[in-house]
Amino acid sequence: MAKPKLSMRDRYRLLTRDLDWTPTYVDPRNVYPYTRYEGIKIHDWDAWEDPFRLTIDSYSKYQAEKDKKLYAVIDGFAQGQGHLSLTDARYINSLKLFLQGVTPLEYAAHRHFGYLARHLDGPGARFASLCQSIDELRHCQTEIHTISQYNKYYGGLHDFGKMHDRVWYLSVPKSFFDDGISAGPFEFLTAISFSFEYMLTNLLFVPFMSGASFNGDLATMTFGFSAQSDESRHMTLGLEVLKFILEQDEGNVPIVQDWVDKWFWRGYRLLGLVSAMMDYMLPRKIMSWKEAFELYFEQQMLEGLFPDLEYYGIRPPRHLDQAIAEKDTLSHQIYWILYSFSHAASFNTTVPNTEELDWMSQAYPDTFDRHYRPLWEKARAMQESGNRLFVRGLPTLCQVCQIPLGFSEPGDPATISVRTSHFRQERFNFCSDGCKWIFDREPEKYVQAWLPVHQIYQGNCGGASVPEVLNWYGIEDGVDNGEYLASRDKRAWDEWHAASVVGGR
Amino acid sequence: MTEPAKTRVRLVGVDLQDSEESRALIEAIEEDNPEANLRRMPGLVKIQSPHPLEIRRETVERHMGREWETHEFQMAIVSYAGNIDEWDDDRIVIKWQH
Repeated sequence: MAKPKLSMRDRYRLLTRDLDWTPTYVDPRNVYPYTRYEGIKIHDWDAWEDPFRLTIDSYSKYQAEKDKKLYAVIDGFAQGQGHLSLTDARYINSLKLFLQGVTPLEYAAHRHFGYLARHLDGPGARFASLCQSIDELRHCQTEIHTISQYNKYYGGLHDFGKMHDRVWYLSVPKSFFDDGISAGPFEFLTAISFSFEYMLTNLLFVPFMSGASFNGDLATMTFGFSAQSDESRHMTLGLEVLKFILEQDEGNVPIVQDWVDKWFWRGYRLLGLVSAMMDYMLPRKIMSWKEAFELYFEQQMLEGLFPDLEYYGIRPPRHLDQAIAEKDTLSHQIYWILYSFSHAASFNTTVPNTEELDWMSQAYPDTFDRHYRPLWEKARAMQESGNRLFVRGLPTLCQVCQIPLGFSEPGDPATISVRTSHFRQERFNFCSDGCKWIFDREPEKYVQAWLPVHQIYQGNCGGASVPEVLNWYGIEDGVDNGEYLASRDKRAWDEWHAASVVGGR
Repeated sequence: MTEPAKTRVRLVGVDLQDSEESRALIEAIEEDNPEANLRRMPGLVKIQSPHPLEIRRETVERHMGREWETHEFQMAIVSYAGNIDEWDDDRIVIKWQH
């Protein structure tokens, strides 16, 4: 007779929580030395909850299944020349941005959750971190495998790791994550698990995958869904860790509030790149950034989550009103920056076609026709007269988010917002009140920022001319960068889709 | 400008992959949560509800015609809004706590 099966609750108690022991001949504070210096007080690690009740055997079983499904699709995609079924080769530029900007963050997350899996005091928290560490490595690997299909045929994808460390727009995601991993463990968890994974990640992954699905990119869609199924576990870790910290000690509340304020704005600024991807880089649109922000942030977080957190004394993040006000302008301003500096980027940009401009007029009735449509029409006219706009100077960067100053004053789309602070007799510039507030809280940290423009001026980026810097970035001029309509990707795409050819290449 | 948030209902929700395997799961969720609203987006189905959302093993098994353990929900879920209030052998409940 088969033995009766243990319930999920019992299995979790026996296989996860029960494997811990209390050290007797070493002071626990020496075993876990990093969980006190941030001022967070934890009295009872056993109060930690994991609603998923994960055990190592069920974790491995389901992860293996997810991988099997994914690799079946990737094989089919490669064997069926899936890249030829995309809506347009222009779509691949969003993959370039993703591979260069996001994939290295998955790897950094893998490393840092590995550190937490060793250094948090409670077994439940350590095991959840261990699973997330393995997940992040899986995401990094599956993203590389999936997108490497495109590297055989298209430019810009060949050296994403090096580019992540060097190229100007990639210092935006890199510095975001470096800020997180150089903070203490509780701030990291609030930053990445709660603020990014729970509050904001829907705005990255859901539109990205739906965008892949809608643009014929089966492989990316499948890895996106595969990763996102882990993501809901990460979201749970984020919410549980926040509630756990808040319930443990009242003194934790103001510390956590400050972190929520800081990391909402950090994450939101980073997602500006996604806004440009959604509105401009997907040939076939799923929804506008504005609509996604309303659905996934305003409706689900502001109206759903924050009334729950009010119970603990946490209010919605500082500067949220400015993010809400910016939803009509954000994507247009970011893509304008990418468009005008794409001679120095490892992707291509172009002016949206008339159909797309019409779509944006509808999606952004309050701002687009007045402020952005004329800009794009002017850019198109310049391009048609053989004078494609590339801004040759170097822009002023925000000291915190590292995005060039290109955002407008709240409520005034026609004026660029500039904020400054002085610290140790030096002046620092910011794109917004949010970034200035973050700097003023911890100036000693942000004065150390590796700002790509300053580094070029200091002679640390291969030389003083554009070709020298591109060479140092690993960007091949005319292959990886610049105007899409004049790109090698576009020429190859047109050739592959021209009248039928016998035989393959 | 945005209207004040307080006039709206607080929704919980779950986003699921739009796949062959999820179909029976979605039918089961609709049966157990008659007030839930479905929205289809490319590749996914977004389910939102003004009440706690409950996924019951028995109902899912009836729609699938096979045994189903609640852990398998991990294979279909893309994202959710709310708090996972319960996840045991028989049911998963997503709701706001306070």
